[in-house]
Amino acid sequence: MSVSAGLTLVLSAVVSPLYLGVIQRTKSFFAGRAGPPIAQTYFDLFKLLRKGAVYSGTTTWVFRLGPIAGPAAGLAALSLLPQGPAAAPWSFPGDFLVLIYLLAAARFFTLISALDTGSSFEGMGASREAAFSALAEPVLLLSIAAAARSTGQTSLSGIFAGAGAALSRGAAPVFLLLAVALVIVLLAENSRIPVDDPSTHLELTMIHEVMVLDHSGPDLALILWGGSLKLWILGALIVGLLLPIRTGHPWIDWLVFAGGMFVLALVIGVIESSIARLRMNRVPQFLVGGGAFAVVALALAMR
Amino acid sequence: MVTALEILIVFLVFSNLRLLGLSRLNASIRTVAAQGVVLGIIALLANAHHITWRILTIACAGIVLKGVVFPVLLYRALRAAKVRREVEPYLGYLPSVLAGVGAFLISLWVAARLPLPEATVSTLMVPAALSTMFVGLLLTVTRKKALSQALGYLVFENGIYAFGVGVALEAPVLVEMGILLDVFVAVFVMGIAVFHISREFDSIDTTKLATLKE
Repeated sequence: MSVSAGLTLVLSAVVSPLYLGVIQRTKSFFAGRAGPPIAQTYFDLFKLLRKGAVYSGTTTWVFRLGPIAGPAAGLAALSLLPQGPAAAPWSFPGDFLVLIYLLAAARFFTLISALDTGSSFEGMGASREAAFSALAEPVLLLSIAAAARSTGQTSLSGIFAGAGAALSRGAAPVFLLLAVALVIVLLAENSRIPVDDPSTHLELTMIHEVMVLDHSGPDLALILWGGSLKLWILGALIVGLLLPIRTGHPWIDWLVFAGGMFVLALVIGVIESSIARLRMNRVPQFLVGGGAFAVVALALAMR
Repeated sequence: MVTALEILIVFLVFSNLRLLGLSRLNASIRTVAAQGVVLGIIALLANAHHITWRILTIACAGIVLKGVVFPVLLYRALRAAKVRREVEPYLGYLPSVLAGVGAFLISLWVAARLPLPEATVSTLMVPAALSTMFVGLLLTVTRKKALSQALGYLVFENGIYAFGVGVALEAPVLVEMGILLDVFVAVFVMGIAVFHISREFDSIDTTKLATLKE
């Protein structure tokens, strides 16, 4: 691992909570509110870290494992992802499969820690999360497969490096389609508005928030950080594929990457402000729609 | 130029899938209108190196008719018929979208085997046109409301128009204008028919027409 790659890993892990703040501010702007400070997530994290955790008598070590698995898998996935001009700390053929299944592993541990509480409410949330993520996962897989096919590379670093050449060869329609599919995955995986509302609490329609109701203090802080890592990973994936600009000057490349991430946060904020939450039975349809885009992208890439 | 064109063609495919998954009539009308405008722009871009009056007329007539006149007529029919704004398909939204994707894949396969002239504007144009026609057929067949069947008819016509833009660059202007006029009259008549059906039967659900008696 080179120094710059390691620094990027640490930096993105530290900066990722800021991303939630940018989205929140965009939503506040559209709602006509001042909104919380951009660094609000950090305040929340520090507040939660200072508190103690409460564990129910019915829970076991599985319950305590869940919150740790989120950031752990997030950091591992982040170390496979090249960001801006920095290379990924690790790269090998087929590493995008590892990235996808690291995210799935984090989800699995959140699910079993929710089931471990024995609460029927959390079990319901876990079942919803499992159902929807089972639909979101193939979309992610197919989109990255389309990108891999059109660049002819099988590692994330190779795909990102080859994306620019592929775009100039006329793969723009493929990347456009898979960008739509990836944004749908990002919204679904991070419990964003058309699928789930990150700001609802104690409502019967929520998905992600249900599963973490029993976690408190440092555990909740870890879950929050894990969630922001996941958002950052999917965001960096989209920006890396759509803005493969390599000027050769690292600072300009960093600026392009940061700008891309910022614009993506604005886009997420605008989407969340402008469309209503989908009815629960329409969510699979939304995800299959994303799958349709991914399949069409793959078909175009294989043409 | 080719990239811009292909992005617009992808938008055509996108609007097809959107139409198949959409449950609201107003949104469907807007999507069909957007599709018509995009097709007009595609027709202009495809011939950008030698824009003649003929192409300009066809493209502009297409944009104005499909982007403005048809939506206005259909919205008026929708208001006059006072219908519920749901599409009410026979085939669910999910299978429809999957059928749309399947249609696109088959169109890609078919278009690769069709003996087409070399002068097609983009290799994507013909598959997109074929799948648009199929989506139009699917919308006409699987939707209950008379109005959404009219929309399916329009989408089908969009597919033919796209095919014409993609392959028959030199089709005579009279034929193109004739088709546009036909469609215009058809939409006009359908709007009135929908209104009469709804006044007579308090619904534009075509299943109720099937049980018609003397």
